[in-house]
Amino acid sequence: MKSSRSLLVLNTVAAVAILIAVYLALVQAPEATNVVEEIRPAQRIIYFHVPSAWISMVAFFVTFIASILYLRTNNVRWDIWAYSAAEIGIGFTIAATVSGSIWAKPAWNTWWTWDPRLTTYTIVLLLFIAYFMLRGAIDEPGRRARFAAVYGIFAFLSVPLTFMSIRWWNTIHPVIIDPSAEFGLGPGMSTAFFFSLFAFTILFVDLLANRIMVAWDEERVAALREALTAN
Amino acid sequence: MKRYFQVVWAVLWKDLRIELRTKDVFTSMAVFAALALLIFNFAFELRIPDKSMVVPGVLWVTIAFAGVLGLGRAFISEKDRGSLAGLLLAPVDRSAIYFGKMLASLIFILVVEAFILPLIVVFFNVPLITAPLLLILLLGTIGFAAVGTIFSALAVNTRAREVLLPVLLFPVLLPLLIAGIRTTIGLLEGQSLAEHANWLQLIVFFDILFLVVAFLTFDYVVEE
Repeated sequence: MKSSRSLLVLNTVAAVAILIAVYLALVQAPEATNVVEEIRPAQRIIYFHVPSAWISMVAFFVTFIASILYLRTNNVRWDIWAYSAAEIGIGFTIAATVSGSIWAKPAWNTWWTWDPRLTTYTIVLLLFIAYFMLRGAIDEPGRRARFAAVYGIFAFLSVPLTFMSIRWWNTIHPVIIDPSAEFGLGPGMSTAFFFSLFAFTILFVDLLANRIMVAWDEERVAALREALTAN
Repeated sequence: MKRYFQVVWAVLWKDLRIELRTKDVFTSMAVFAALALLIFNFAFELRIPDKSMVVPGVLWVTIAFAGVLGLGRAFISEKDRGSLAGLLLAPVDRSAIYFGKMLASLIFILVVEAFILPLIVVFFNVPLITAPLLLILLLGTIGFAAVGTIFSALAVNTRAREVLLPVLLFPVLLPLLIAGIRTTIGLLEGQSLAEHANWLQLIVFFDILFLVVAFLTFDYVVEE
């Protein structure tokens, strides 16, 4: 079982990377000095909030590409990739939305605003949920995979348009990567920030690899059950 | 190429003729839209200084809800009568069937819009019927029908059927609704269409993008 051994290595690397990221974010990174005293601890959410948001987009993109590949090749592997990534994406989208909301309370003095990014992530969550509702409503595996792939493509393509339209409507979200903005990260902070991004990406790859393994097992079980009931 | 348009026309004409005979879709959409306007009227009556302020939202939400009702029927009636299989057996490019169905849905929604616009003018006392606004409505409805038709074909082949359609459709449709509402607000405040060029571009881009994607993927939705 060579694949399970490499999975073990990946699991270990992901766990260590996340532990280091937690240490860097909570202990090593300096206090933010460009925000008022009360929200300085809350500012540390950035090391988890932004990577979660990043991963949910990566997951959505994987679903999108896998959906196209599925329609092109009709290979069940890409369907597995698509829904595995979407499942992980739901988790990270919820994490990004909830952590953002917790941060917004001290920073913006409200749990919720109709800010472009926040709203876009809510829509992304709804798209993911719709994706799984569609899957859940179809029994025949081939059709389920095909329909989900078509929906995955439409859903992913609509996200940038949603984001743009809400952005044109109004915005108060801090732009972190823009160097000209005053919300930029200090020197010690960017190490923690980028390491955290890296660690979350490893975590995503690890979760995806595990989920895909489980999905193949599920396929095998379903095939066995079919063979048994047929006899 | 000529043959392709003949197929589109044949599917479109078939749907229009069925509708002219039964009037099922139009009646339910129009009555639903009128009821929605009535409810909106009472929902906002005493809560806001001037009812005309909510007209852009009322207009687009009513169209979206009434439209989804009609789109749901686009494939359900075909499926129930077993005529979808017949349609798919025809030796024609299936995307032509998509465009025929899409144009039929587009026309149904446009007719309903033609019905509710005067109603809004009467109920909410707002001069809605202007050329720029009709253009935005037309462009928005094209995108609506483009995505709605293919999602209707998806939904009809699931267990949940019409219950699923709005859940699938509205999150994808959101940029269109936002752009439509925003432009309508601007136009009602007396701004020109040119001041909303970016919104107009967004709507046109949405229409083209999803018409192309639907054209490319429709085969996979009706494949048996």
